[in-house]
Amino acid sequence: MNDAIVEIVMLVTFVLMALWAVLATKLLRAVVALAATSVLVTLLLFKLDSPLAAVFELSVCAGLVSAIFLGTITLTQPENEAEVAESAKERIRRYWYLPPLLLLLGVALLQVALPDVPTAAAAGDDVRKVLWTSRHLDLLGQITVLVAGAFGVIVLFKEARKNER
Amino acid sequence: MSAELITLYVTAIVLVAVTGLYYLLVTTNLIRAVIGLELVTKSITLGLILAGRLTGKVGLGQALAITLIVVEVVVLVVAVGLILLAHRHTGKVDTRGLRSIKG
Repeated sequence: MNDAIVEIVMLVTFVLMALWAVLATKLLRAVVALAATSVLVTLLLFKLDSPLAAVFELSVCAGLVSAIFLGTITLTQPENEAEVAESAKERIRRYWYLPPLLLLLGVALLQVALPDVPTAAAAGDDVRKVLWTSRHLDLLGQITVLVAGAFGVIVLFKEARKNER
Repeated sequence: MSAELITLYVTAIVLVAVTGLYYLLVTTNLIRAVIGLELVTKSITLGLILAGRLTGKVGLGQALAITLIVVEVVVLVVAVGLILLAHRHTGKVDTRGLRSIKG
């Protein structure tokens, strides 16, 4: 019972942090909220018996991703507070129909997803075994994506340097 | 795991995904758009793990979640590279500043 209450509190905080990330006027606060969302996802993953994915989520998403965002904000120094507030007001006026539309989509998704969900959890299998035996193509895909990303960044900054000359 | 708790998990996942999607559609700030994308991927990660747990395939769920995290980070790094380039060209991190770019 206590475990369920802890999970409920974590889920509610997860949604609240996601909302804070969206509603924060300052980018820095939005990034902090995103990191907090990642930490909560990590805790929920631990609760769902997935420690390896949880460690990945904590180190990569809460750590590395936040550092990348902070670096980007420092490098770009985005628009001032008044411009942000004005732009937010304009967006709300312009896209007034989106929240109810997306809420309807969410309700529709819940209707589709819920009836087929089983309530009992069976014994789990080992992630290392799955990754190296039945999902080894995923590893190949991961390596390819990583190399493609590295090349992408190299090409982008090479172009930038060429333009500076 | 009780049916009520599963319902709560699915509700939270859908809510966060929809919030991220809304942010992605509405915002004109490129950094905020990436934050929206991050929120969507976070909810999908949790959804994968939950599906793995409920079907008894925790290992498969974790393997897919790890793949998603790797892809997410690479997408983020390339997106940040593009944002920095856009900022260098237009002096802004705003989609409105990109409309003048051709080619």
